[in-house]
Amino acid sequence: MNSDKKVLVCQDMDVRDSAWYWDKFFQILMLVSGVSAIFLIISIFFFITKEGFSFFFEPFSFREFFLSSVWRPTSLSNPSYGILALVIGTASVTGFAMLLAVPFSLCAAIFISEFASGRVREVLKVLVELLAAIPSVVWGFIGLSIMNPLIIDLFDVPVGLGILNSGIILGLMAAPIMTTIAEDALKAVPDHYREAAEALGATKWQVTFRVVLPAAKNGLVAAILLGIGRGFGETMAVLMTSGHSINLPTSPFDSVRALTATIAAELGETAVGSDHYRALFTLGILLFLVTFVINLTADIVVKGNKRH
Amino acid sequence: MFGSTQLNRRNHSVQKLVSILFGVVTCLLVVPVLTIMTVLVYKGGPNISFEFLFSAPTNGMTAGGIFPALLGTIWLVVVALIFSVPLGVATAVYLSEYASDTWLTRLINLAIINLAGVPSIVHALFGLGAFVIFAGFGTSILAASLTLGIMTLPVVIVATRESLQAVPPEFRMACWGMGATRWQTIRKVVLPNAMSGILTGVILEVSRTAGETAPIMFTGAAFFLPFLPQGILDQTMAMSLHLFVVSTQVPGVPETLPYSVALVLVSMVLIMNAASIVLRAYVRGQKKW
Repeated sequence: MNSDKKVLVCQDMDVRDSAWYWDKFFQILMLVSGVSAIFLIISIFFFITKEGFSFFFEPFSFREFFLSSVWRPTSLSNPSYGILALVIGTASVTGFAMLLAVPFSLCAAIFISEFASGRVREVLKVLVELLAAIPSVVWGFIGLSIMNPLIIDLFDVPVGLGILNSGIILGLMAAPIMTTIAEDALKAVPDHYREAAEALGATKWQVTFRVVLPAAKNGLVAAILLGIGRGFGETMAVLMTSGHSINLPTSPFDSVRALTATIAAELGETAVGSDHYRALFTLGILLFLVTFVINLTADIVVKGNKRH
Repeated sequence: MFGSTQLNRRNHSVQKLVSILFGVVTCLLVVPVLTIMTVLVYKGGPNISFEFLFSAPTNGMTAGGIFPALLGTIWLVVVALIFSVPLGVATAVYLSEYASDTWLTRLINLAIINLAGVPSIVHALFGLGAFVIFAGFGTSILAASLTLGIMTLPVVIVATRESLQAVPPEFRMACWGMGATRWQTIRKVVLPNAMSGILTGVILEVSRTAGETAPIMFTGAAFFLPFLPQGILDQTMAMSLHLFVVSTQVPGVPETLPYSVALVLVSMVLIMNAASIVLRAYVRGQKKW
């Protein structure tokens, strides 16, 4: 008897008035919005594949595409689609940028998170955040108009556009982002780790190098990975500072051409559906897949950290 | 008895050294950029006037002002916001208020990370394939803004989610205890308390959107147009692309003109960012919980 009454009350509580329907309506609306992020990433892959996929049947050849350094898509008699030089261009610029950005941004992150305090820390954090906000086309312009003459003067070379210029600019662009992520990783190390080490008599730098850095290792690796992803996908700055000539580089002053820059420079001149157009979309598929893998790896590395 | 040993002293001096070294390296990161900003102001500043901001480029883009590009950037940003702010906020509300830790939530998070990580030129290819060609918008403000909106969606989502999660759970429980539905709680309690955080995210998104070049190159921005856009299906000029064009594509541009364009663009972006930083600091100071 008693339990019957309880059931009755429960049914009474669930009033299906307009508020109940609005609640359900918005719950579904929010779910749809949430799922739209998945839908968007799938549709990005779908549409670039839709435009570029047929390139894999004709005139794609695996050997030529990955092993030839001759990228001559506009030739009427003998077009060639070898991306080796473009891949090496992207890799050399990104590699050079990381050579600069990784030590700088890790040091900056350690300084901001472990050594600086109060006002200094706040000011540095704001400056790093503002640095990260400068648009890539402005970085490209800086490379073109300020770095270029500087490199020509300093190293006595005819042209200042190349791996060196592009690498420095890209390094300056990637560093603030890496600094922010690395600093977050250091901040995530619980304070009682530091307190325990300090109680044992360790100095600040001993705490930092023996305790905090090992504990934050995964987050730091993720920061570097995301920086590489950023450098790899950067378009405008690389287009404007790398010299943009197809080249297998032998010195840091050599001009190179990057994958992203090739798409940006050539897509405007191609006819929709032509071989050249489809080849550029195929480069897009490649870029998408590589950055996807980099982001996925960074995510897994961070998740591994959280399980500890 | 408590006098320092030799080891103490050595440790102390190493600490000093490491601290100074790291400080110098951090400064090295910041100094070149401050130098560059100074050069931009020094070379581009004198040229900027009311007339420069509010007149059209003339003489084959080698003289005149930047008004069409400035107006075009505002068009692009506003249309992108109309699309992406509601979607981004709704996604964040779902993730923060409704979702539990399921495979679907993890998949959504992964998708957001990737939306932020996909190179801008790939977004451009997507915009061209999906909006310009497939949806039939042609090269237009609409197509360019949708591309920009999708690209900057993660900025709104992340900022909104953070500010929603900063609202204490007790607020929600109190509201549920009064018999409010989940949606009523979100609308009357959670969103008002998170509003300033959401606004910070929106301002950040404006600054990101205004600076992007690659995604709009093939979807709606033109090198030069003799007229101003009349609606969202027109093409437009934009500040970021204008900087690219005057610094690389047009011969005979006077040396200071690109500096001025760059200075205006950087100022727009940095002022927006500074505003969002100030707002965030203000909100933190105001919090009563």
